[in-house]
Amino acid sequence: MSDARARKDDVSESAGWIIVGGTVIDRTGERRADVAIEPGGTVAAVGADLDLAALGLADATRLDATGCIVAPGLVDIHTHLREPGREEAETVETGSRAAALGGYTAVVAMPNTEPTIDSVAIVRQVLDAGVAAGLCDVRSSAAITMDRAGTTLTPMAELADLGVRIFTDDGCGVQDDRLMRRALEYASGLTVPVVLAQHCEVEALSEGGHMHEGEWSSRLGIPGIPAEAEELMVFRDIALSRLTGMRVHFQHLSTAGAVALVREAKAKGLPVTAEATPHHFTLTHAEVASYDPVFKVNPPLRTAEDVAAVKAGLADGTIDAIATDHAPHTADVKEAPFDIAPCGMLGLETALALGITELVEPGVLTMRELLALMSWNPAAIAGIADVHGRDIAPGAPAHLVVFDPAAEWTVDPSQFASKSDNTPYRGRVVRGKVRHTLLCGVPMVHDGKATR
Amino acid sequence: MAERERRLAPPYGGVFVPRTRVMGADDLKRATKRMAHEIIERNHGLDEVVLIGLQTGGVPLAARLHQQLEAIEGVDVPIGTLDVAFYRDDIGLRPVLPEAVTDIPCDLQGRIVVLVDDVLFTGRTIRAALDALSDHGRAKAVQLAVMVDRGHRELPIRPDFVGKNLPTRRDEVVDVNVDGVDLGEMRR
Amino acid sequence: MSRLVTNPRHGELRNLLSIADLGPDVAAGIGEVMTLTDSFVEVSERTIPKVPALRGRTVVSLFFEDSTRTRLSFETAAKRLSADTMNFSVSTSSVKKGESLRDTIETIEAMGVDAIVVRHSSAGVPLQIARWAQSAVINAGDGWHEHPTQALLDCYTIRQRFGDLAGRRIAIVGDIRHSRVARSDVAAFTALGAEVTLVAPPTLLPPSLEGWPVKVSHDLDEMLPELDVCYLLRMQRERMTEALIPSLREYVARYGLDAARADRLPEHALIMHPGPMNRGVEINAEVADRPNTVIIDQVRNGVAVRMAVLFLLLGSGTGWGGEVEG
Repeated sequence: MSDARARKDDVSESAGWIIVGGTVIDRTGERRADVAIEPGGTVAAVGADLDLAALGLADATRLDATGCIVAPGLVDIHTHLREPGREEAETVETGSRAAALGGYTAVVAMPNTEPTIDSVAIVRQVLDAGVAAGLCDVRSSAAITMDRAGTTLTPMAELADLGVRIFTDDGCGVQDDRLMRRALEYASGLTVPVVLAQHCEVEALSEGGHMHEGEWSSRLGIPGIPAEAEELMVFRDIALSRLTGMRVHFQHLSTAGAVALVREAKAKGLPVTAEATPHHFTLTHAEVASYDPVFKVNPPLRTAEDVAAVKAGLADGTIDAIATDHAPHTADVKEAPFDIAPCGMLGLETALALGITELVEPGVLTMRELLALMSWNPAAIAGIADVHGRDIAPGAPAHLVVFDPAAEWTVDPSQFASKSDNTPYRGRVVRGKVRHTLLCGVPMVHDGKATR
Repeated sequence: MAERERRLAPPYGGVFVPRTRVMGADDLKRATKRMAHEIIERNHGLDEVVLIGLQTGGVPLAARLHQQLEAIEGVDVPIGTLDVAFYRDDIGLRPVLPEAVTDIPCDLQGRIVVLVDDVLFTGRTIRAALDALSDHGRAKAVQLAVMVDRGHRELPIRPDFVGKNLPTRRDEVVDVNVDGVDLGEMRR
Repeated sequence: MSRLVTNPRHGELRNLLSIADLGPDVAAGIGEVMTLTDSFVEVSERTIPKVPALRGRTVVSLFFEDSTRTRLSFETAAKRLSADTMNFSVSTSSVKKGESLRDTIETIEAMGVDAIVVRHSSAGVPLQIARWAQSAVINAGDGWHEHPTQALLDCYTIRQRFGDLAGRRIAIVGDIRHSRVARSDVAAFTALGAEVTLVAPPTLLPPSLEGWPVKVSHDLDEMLPELDVCYLLRMQRERMTEALIPSLREYVARYGLDAARADRLPEHALIMHPGPMNRGVEINAEVADRPNTVIIDQVRNGVAVRMAVLFLLLGSGTGWGGEVEG
């Protein structure tokens, strides 16, 4: 597995970088400090009044961070880069650029591509594409079952050797209880620690549904997906985690019931983790009244009570990470009738701003808690905490994000780097703008613009 | 008729503010009586005559004419109502919804139709009425009775029986009601 | 029922996608349609049932779902207003691929049309179309969502017999869950002050009735003696494969309007059905031919109601709704 590395030419020509005037926030705390980065891409020093000459960084490029927060780069453990197979909607390159603009230095690509990421060859293809784009550290997940068909396991050991640390059939959940048990048992015997991540959806209950089953689906005449379709699988996997002793990670939790189950499981000391998406802490099923398929997503937008429960789960540690489930789709497929259109929304370029505007500003989370959810917690789940989400201290690789938490902007998908447009937040005013994103010390985003 | 014009003239609706009383209640009665006599004379009796009042202004006048004709000749002339909303030539330029259902009392084939309206202005309503009537059979003749002819014709239409000729400015409004005829204007 | 109002400008009816579009005062809006329909009933009874009101206008039927009856009803209405008609019967297969819904609309509009009458098996399509189209859009039925002109002709038919709907007790019987007719009827009937009860097994009711101004009953027999209108919905045979009802026989036994049940309705009560009927299922063959079964009236009124809707959208300019205060 190749480490994220800036291209050689960038490294050799550089005289280092110095981030000036910002407030550094990482797991250890918050402090006003400048950050000096040496040409190799590691942090040289952190503090006020740094003596650059003494550090050998007299000619270092200055990156202005006045009024900004300097934090470890964000990590998205749930991104759809659509390559291979659906490059008209997004590619590893365009997705990496979108990620960098969103403040992400690492993303984990989901395996529901065409063909599925269930073999070493496809993993290599995705990783190579990430290195070639060079904008973001692209890691790959792999499927739990071949072609995500839910019948036979993928060669997990082989895939883990290539660096895969998250296995998921995302796009659907593993329906067969016995197969899921075997997958967990087998994975527990691998030489490296991996996690099985579940898209919780019992298809016998969700089949035919296109939005949350409830007040709005009844009114609009759209078949619904009951909350129980998610909760039943969460319950099952908690039980299987207990049975096998193996870690389980729950993807995109969307219901109050599911959050409660995870809270209870953690209280009992079970090795479970969970993530939630920005759309599940900001939007409800009432949005579907417009019949605009931009609001069609799986799991669907739920009730206000569910949104409140997700927020509470983010605040009290039940939910460990915010993950975007960035799901690009071309305009023509998203303009189909609601029941025919595919599910999914963009997320990479709006996640941080939504976290700041909807969680930090109203006091649900502190800035440091938000960064935990978006940087070092997901880094740990993805098994890349040695490189990403690290405390900003001398010797750490300089994967950093510099953002202005107060900068106000209006969401306009025509300005996005993503190839697609399907964001439900068009026209929304938010606060929190990325100024610089550094990968190995090299700015991938400088003054809000991608550098390549 | 004034009602309809009111809705079509700027400022599209509003309140009618009268300025001058042009005819009193007694004047109206006398004019109606005279017009009734004229109708009988012109048609040598009332054998084939049918009264059709245009919604809504022509309907009360048609009813009063009907009363007079019965008082004078002892004949109960067939009487009906006609709404021309579906025949207007200015649909799209803010036409109106029909104010009441059309009720034609008999087949108009071979009949003398006396169309009755309160005010004759541009003539477009009458043109629409002629169109509408032709859908109910081929009348032998169509004659027009109006209480007030205020000029400003835009089509070659002329009344056969007139209560009063009243020169007006285009922006003025004529209102025929139970108490008489008023000249005034629309105010928002 | 849908709280979504599609009119962008106050006081102007641009599209008819749901009963809510007749608002903000839905009762008054329905009332205006009813009054206007009276005029078109008169027109329809003439020897030559035609007026030149929409001459030069073009009305397109865009039916993605087969329905000869509704399409003919709209076409007759358009023709009686002297409008030109065009007919696009789109095959379902091209739609299933999600292809070119927008392209189809842009192609049609390029030919110069004034109104598009849409029927589609997916809820919300008329609203999506209305966002792209310049012409007026009329919803002729979208999935399970709404069928507003059906509800209007139902209101007109009841009004013809009873004068108005206020306080009338109406039962809607059958597969409410999958019925666009039911959703539009509930919106229209309740706006006019009727007392509506939904009668169906729990599996054929929507998952949530929150905010629906209706009562619910699972027992048709106890409802019958109190009703002014018994409105029967079509029972689709496909529902059996979805385990929504155990068998057609059980459905007929508990919810079918057979002769014995029809006898227990009050004498003045109306029996209604949106058509087409499944004789022997939701309605007994003999009951379908009784004098109080006003299904033929519904069809006849359908043309006049649709004439009124077309005239309101295309012929009446901005005379909708609020009068200017003096």
